[in-house]
Amino acid sequence: MSSEHEQSNHAANGDHHHPAHLAHHFETPEQQFESGKLGMWVFLATEILMFGGLFCAYAIYRGNHQDVFLYGYGALDKMWGATNTVVLLASSLTMAWGVRAAQKGQQKLLVAMLIATFMGGVGFMCIKGVEYQQKWKHNLFPGTMNAFYYEGGQAKYPEKLKHAIEFIDGRNSGGEASGGGGHAPAGHESTDDSKPVEHSDTVEADSASPVIIPAVFGAPADVSTIKPPANPTEQGVLDSAIDQAGDGSTPSAAHTQILWNDLSGAEQKKVHLFFGIYFMMTGLHGLHVLIGMVLIAWLTFKAFKGQFSKDYFAPVDIGGLYWHLVDLIWIFLFPLLYLIH
Amino acid sequence: MSDAHTHDGHDHGIGHVSPVWMLLGVFALLIFFTVLTVAVTYVDLGSANIWIALAVAVVKGALVGLYFMHLRYDSPFNSLILVTAFLFLAVFIGIALMDTGEYQQNIPPPATVRPVAG
Repeated sequence: MSSEHEQSNHAANGDHHHPAHLAHHFETPEQQFESGKLGMWVFLATEILMFGGLFCAYAIYRGNHQDVFLYGYGALDKMWGATNTVVLLASSLTMAWGVRAAQKGQQKLLVAMLIATFMGGVGFMCIKGVEYQQKWKHNLFPGTMNAFYYEGGQAKYPEKLKHAIEFIDGRNSGGEASGGGGHAPAGHESTDDSKPVEHSDTVEADSASPVIIPAVFGAPADVSTIKPPANPTEQGVLDSAIDQAGDGSTPSAAHTQILWNDLSGAEQKKVHLFFGIYFMMTGLHGLHVLIGMVLIAWLTFKAFKGQFSKDYFAPVDIGGLYWHLVDLIWIFLFPLLYLIH
Repeated sequence: MSDAHTHDGHDHGIGHVSPVWMLLGVFALLIFFTVLTVAVTYVDLGSANIWIALAVAVVKGALVGLYFMHLRYDSPFNSLILVTAFLFLAVFIGIALMDTGEYQQNIPPPATVRPVAG
């Protein structure tokens, strides 16, 4: 029947107008649209599975090293993450609205909505850029360049490590969202003898006596969730107390906050992997945002030239599906990376 | 095949046209859940926090899928593809987690690790 039908289409007989966009192997624009969409969904399924590998790495790693995640996420900015969520959701709204406009043949509205969606992508990438820069400033790179990288049990970049610890401990002990708040720990040496660490007294007052700091990185530091604060030992005159950031049952704020010295030696050596996972997940997602932006720019161009109509808007719809998937993945990335508790 | 019901000059086009109020309503809900999921982190609920965060994410994802991606009005086959992807993802992550769980007993818990310096 189909070949017969094809021929009749070529013949352009009156009762069945044959739109230029209808491919030969489809009977109706509707069938073509549904088939295209089906193909897109299969592609989106493979996208989900690709991200799935990273989510799996995340799950295993977080399951086995909760404190590493609790510590490392201190470098992330919850408010930027939430802002980006809103930006992406808003661009999803404009995209869905754009599809509606295309379906109703509202050309100008379609172009406007596509441009708005594109701008959402720009906003998202700009915020992501600000965030990445914040990390890079503190040598928090993915891979072996990370300030927390350990090689053969030794910190590879002792100076950068010290700086990065000050950064994260400062945020975890005081600075909430805007970062940099709180007193940064005074001194940390990777190879030197014990040095007192100080941070704000916002944490419990009961452990107001100094605690000896492990001589070397990698030396014991009780995990806060397992042990109560370590024994107070005299350690010269200190103006400020060191303390374990709370033993789980009595968190300082509603937040469970964790400092470098709350991590066990083994965990300290693994902090850099948190950043590996963070950068790979957000990086792959960011790449998808960029690809989505290219698609939307192309759609905008076509829409501007008036190439879409009530009968033919499949590219808008399918491009929209891609954009929504990017949003969907971010919906899961955001709580998993930025809202670790 | 069924050419009878197609859109020859009629108003109803291809696919489901979402009303504006619905799009805005879904967006408002998504923003509400975003605020909610951030707010919940300020309350210490122990291990429940992560599950609440994930549950909220699932609800948000469902809203995006059902309304923005039109799954609710689509052929159910598209939903089936999506659900299948998640199903296999669950199998993948679930079995991987079971596997790491198997040898956790051989790894000393963090608090007791006392590595020699250097």
